[in-house]
Amino acid sequence: MNWLFNFIVFPGFIFTAAIGMLASWFDRKLTARVQWRVGPPVLQPLYDFVKLLGKETIIPKGSFGTFVLAPISSLVSVTIVSTMIWNVMLWPDRGFVGDLIVTLYLLTIPSIALIIGGAVSRNPLASLGVSREIKLLLSYELPFIIAMFVPVIKAGGSIKLGDLLTYQWENGLFIGSWSGAIAFACVLACIQAKLAYVPFDIPEAETEINNGPLIEYSGTPLAIFKLSRWMLLFVLPMFVIFMFMGGISLHGWHILWGILKYIMILGFVILVKVTNPRVRIDQALKFFWWGVTPLAIVAVILAFVGV
Amino acid sequence: MMSVKLKALKRSIWLFHFNSGSCNNCDIEIVDCLTPRYDLERFGIKLVGSIRHADVMMVTGFVSRQAAPRLKLLYEQAPKPIFVVAVGTCACSGGIFASSYNMAGPVDKIIPVDVYIPGCPPKPEAIIMGVVKLLSKLK
Repeated sequence: MNWLFNFIVFPGFIFTAAIGMLASWFDRKLTARVQWRVGPPVLQPLYDFVKLLGKETIIPKGSFGTFVLAPISSLVSVTIVSTMIWNVMLWPDRGFVGDLIVTLYLLTIPSIALIIGGAVSRNPLASLGVSREIKLLLSYELPFIIAMFVPVIKAGGSIKLGDLLTYQWENGLFIGSWSGAIAFACVLACIQAKLAYVPFDIPEAETEINNGPLIEYSGTPLAIFKLSRWMLLFVLPMFVIFMFMGGISLHGWHILWGILKYIMILGFVILVKVTNPRVRIDQALKFFWWGVTPLAIVAVILAFVGV
Repeated sequence: MMSVKLKALKRSIWLFHFNSGSCNNCDIEIVDCLTPRYDLERFGIKLVGSIRHADVMMVTGFVSRQAAPRLKLLYEQAPKPIFVVAVGTCACSGGIFASSYNMAGPVDKIIPVDVYIPGCPPKPEAIIMGVVKLLSKLK
């Protein structure tokens, strides 16, 4: 029963969804304040979610299964990542060898679900968005995984999440070293693309291809896609904090420091979002393959040297 | 259960904007409502690009013969409940195009309309008032 509680209530679905909605509100509010507006109330994501649940659901002819399963698989994979990370954060001896690899795989599933869901909806704008999403996935996934080698090398080749965390608690945070700081910067750029935020919101480009892959979604499936996107807003910065900044410790005052780390990363991502224009897909590809990837390789070499 | 749905709907209206042959003046005024001065996002109102996400359809312009079938199609493609707001004198009655050869409208001849906002163009305040009247009409 414990694992069911873990998955559904505390570090899993309900907890992640609540914090994700709060993060989404923070995003919209901060964006509004930067643009000199007032912004929506705190419960706005909840209203949006409930309203979408109450709307009619329209499904393209002949694609029922895939069209509905895509958002659900996206939601489930994000929930599993959150559950794994928080379990290891609270009890570092939980987890298994190779759970880092499982986490990296699960973090790509929201993008893949978007690709599949957009492709079965048979809309020309959606297929345009899908092709861009595939290219974006190819461009940011390479530096993201290379940068993830750095903590692994520094912790002596362990691919267990718990070992990475306890190593940081005993020997100082990875971000404190040169290689760790460079890898952290690379991962921040990749997060921006993983969240599909503005310099890299090419697949969804609202003013250009009308939300791309999501264009045919309505009602409950759209609500689930939105929710999984909001949860990603919580899970991805959490994963970065876990890998490079020693996670969040729940002992006494340390929790405030942990919340501060999360708000710093989230605020940075949002400020980059509101102050930048959208790039083209070829510019994004060039940026990630010829800009971020060599930087990540440099970080890996530095980590091997021991800097 | 019904009241929860209604309450959520009232606080999260997503607008879809359809130009059925307008001179673009009403469209500019609609976009004005989302600027920092009026900021409709305070009330959860935002502009969406796809009719599948919309709760309210804002139609501007006299409906030309080219636009009429498309307007009807979009209305049928929208997930229910959907509400239609006719923005501008042309959308309400045809305006100066009322006796024109290429007019198939006004809007309520093609699809049912919930709120009429006259004006050439209506001020942003008038548009906001129209949306508020729509919200108070919902039951």
